Amino acid sequence: MAVTSAAAQPRRSTLSRILTFVSESHNALGFGFMLPAAALLLVFLTYPLGLGVWLGFTDARIGRPGIFIGIENYEYLWDDAVFWLSVFNTLLYTISASILKFVLGLWLALILNQNLPFKSFFRAIVLLPWVVPTVLSAIAFWWIYDSQFSILSWALMEMGLIDHRINFLGDPENARASVIAANVWRGIPFVAITLLAGLQTIPQSLYEAATLDGASRWQLFRYVTLPLLTPIIAITMTFSVLFTFTDFQLIYVLTRGGPVNATHLMATLSFQRGISGGQLGEGAAIAVAMIPFLLAAILFSYFGLQRRKWQQGGGD
Amino acid sequence: MKFTRRDVIRTTAGAAAGALGSRLIGSPAFAQEGLKYKPEDGAKLRLLRWSPFVQGDEDQWLANTKRFTEATGVEVRVDKESWEDIRPKAAVAANVGSGPDLMFVWFDDPHQYPDKLHDVTELGEYLGSKYGGWYDGPHQYATRQGKFLGLPLATIGNAIVYRESWVKEAGFSEFPKDTAGLLELCKALQAKGHPAGFTHGHGVGDGNNYAHWLLWSHGGKMVDESGKVTINSPETLKAIEYAQALYKTFIPGTESWLDVNNNRAFLAGELSVIANGISAYNTAKINKDKDPKLTEIAKDTRTTNLPIGPVGKSVELFQVTTAVIFDYTPYPNAAKAYLQFMFEEPQMAKWITSSAGYCCQTLKAFDNNPVWTADPNNAAYAKASATLRPNGYAGPLGYASAATMADYVLVDMFAKAVTGQATPQEAMEEAEKRANRYYRV
Repeated sequence: MAVTSAAAQPRRSTLSRILTFVSESHNALGFGFMLPAAALLLVFLTYPLGLGVWLGFTDARIGRPGIFIGIENYEYLWDDAVFWLSVFNTLLYTISASILKFVLGLWLALILNQNLPFKSFFRAIVLLPWVVPTVLSAIAFWWIYDSQFSILSWALMEMGLIDHRINFLGDPENARASVIAANVWRGIPFVAITLLAGLQTIPQSLYEAATLDGASRWQLFRYVTLPLLTPIIAITMTFSVLFTFTDFQLIYVLTRGGPVNATHLMATLSFQRGISGGQLGEGAAIAVAMIPFLLAAILFSYFGLQRRKWQQGGGD
Repeated sequence: MKFTRRDVIRTTAGAAAGALGSRLIGSPAFAQEGLKYKPEDGAKLRLLRWSPFVQGDEDQWLANTKRFTEATGVEVRVDKESWEDIRPKAAVAANVGSGPDLMFVWFDDPHQYPDKLHDVTELGEYLGSKYGGWYDGPHQYATRQGKFLGLPLATIGNAIVYRESWVKEAGFSEFPKDTAGLLELCKALQAKGHPAGFTHGHGVGDGNNYAHWLLWSHGGKMVDESGKVTINSPETLKAIEYAQALYKTFIPGTESWLDVNNNRAFLAGELSVIANGISAYNTAKINKDKDPKLTEIAKDTRTTNLPIGPVGKSVELFQVTTAVIFDYTPYPNAAKAYLQFMFEEPQMAKWITSSAGYCCQTLKAFDNNPVWTADPNNAAYAKASATLRPNGYAGPLGYASAATMADYVLVDMFAKAVTGQATPQEAMEEAEKRANRYYRV
């Protein structure tokens, strides 16, 4: 026993020294705490992303690994009218839906920030479209937009406002507007509730001071609310743009990209080509082609909407 | 994972069974002696199939599966997915080498990952020789270079489903047999306020069935025998012009339809003529006691094959499903024993009967299944396996044919022209360009 203890002593000392160093060094401790998160990010984010980028440079198909073909997939896409249509659709979808979600979401947040009766109840109710699974809400919209059974068409016809059913998902323009409307309905709660949280961090004293100075309601909003809300808006809209740009389920359930690819987004086209069509390389290339747009959206939010110096009393 | 070595016992009775072919139906005990797979010890199987459109199909399949488990002790878990989600699930399973042991896949799926599928040539040949041979179309989908990549399970037929009283009201004593007659009928039906409707949207089944019928019935084809794209042709132009004329008679919105829209509108009494599987009629028939409207629709509904075009013969795509075993399964013998059991006459005959006309036999010996005469409306679906033409005709099945269909090249060509977004020539040229991307010209 004595021998064993004596042999173990130096090991314990070394271990003890390492533990002491780690626990006393902020850098080492910080690194240790970051390790689990870094491992998760590496396994579930970096690796799939890297694999996707690599697949985009190969002719991989379902059941076949594929070989490196350089930028051939991208050259094919460059000449592909359906791909460019999907890029146009995605940008239109993202920009239109994001603007509408921002305006309506901010409006809703300002209303919910007032002292209304049953305030908590309304705040909870507003979240409903967000918490309902996308597929379920998409199926509901599928009925709402049905070419034969649309309740909207029926109601308008009953009111005598139209004399034939609206071709919501058959006409390309209508179809684009319809899927944007469905996305806006679904996305408003996220924007509204997040901005509401931001509104509640603005000190009441600022409004009181501005009111004493004779500020109108518009001036209160323009010079107090909006500047202080801008950082939250930046974060919220960055997420909202990312969610919208990468939307898939709504389109897949409602139109599957139709009519004649008029509502195909890059995400749905990537799935159609990569998985249904078995062209993994090309599908991955379409998905990778989304990255520059997503980076641009993030950088715009980061540099364009982050807290400015003037908001903290300095020059811009 | 160590695989148990395949243990196939051929007996002289089996050789005799093969030689005698379909005459041996009715002697299941004897027939099943012909080829026997011994499941691996502790084998458990998982099958992923498409969700049934006819409840009897699923009930009977599960009942047959239960009998297999009782006979062999091999547990089989049967999962189901929406039929449109089967293709991506199978693709992922094949690619990652993990998932269900067996799967019912669609169309050219087996040709997309032939190396990932367990060779069932022995079983395929055994069943073929025992039950009068496989129909050529389903056989093509399931085989590659003489090897069975899976067993052709069923053809889901597609036929005209129409309201007899409205067709008569439009001045037609019977449903037209040719494309010119169909156009005249649809014009008359539209004038009477009972329009027809065929899917021009991204409906995997109905959209593709209709588009392929339009093309093939006029003599057009996507590619020739060597895989050269030939869609840009005078025959295709005629098919598009015909589609344009027919579209003008349709109920509005068919370009947005997915697979379920036509069923829904037909069962609501909004449509006089659709092209669909037996499921549309079956829904009305099964629920006729619950809803007086469905009683009337079921009573008035008739089915018939799609009219014949200038090409002079019936040519249709239909949906073909193949039962495959993935090569990664640790229990290939159990999987083959299971498929053999399910394809043998006592089980297969009952399954076809219970599918109520939805699943057409792929083995010729089952032609005389009573289901085809049980209801006059079933007859239009009886020869689906015999008359189908595989996807990508007249070229080979494979990546290109599967990708061209998955990308809705043909469906979009017709939809673009009929909705006026492109001239027939422009639509045809665009389809040619898109198809060439897959056939790599």
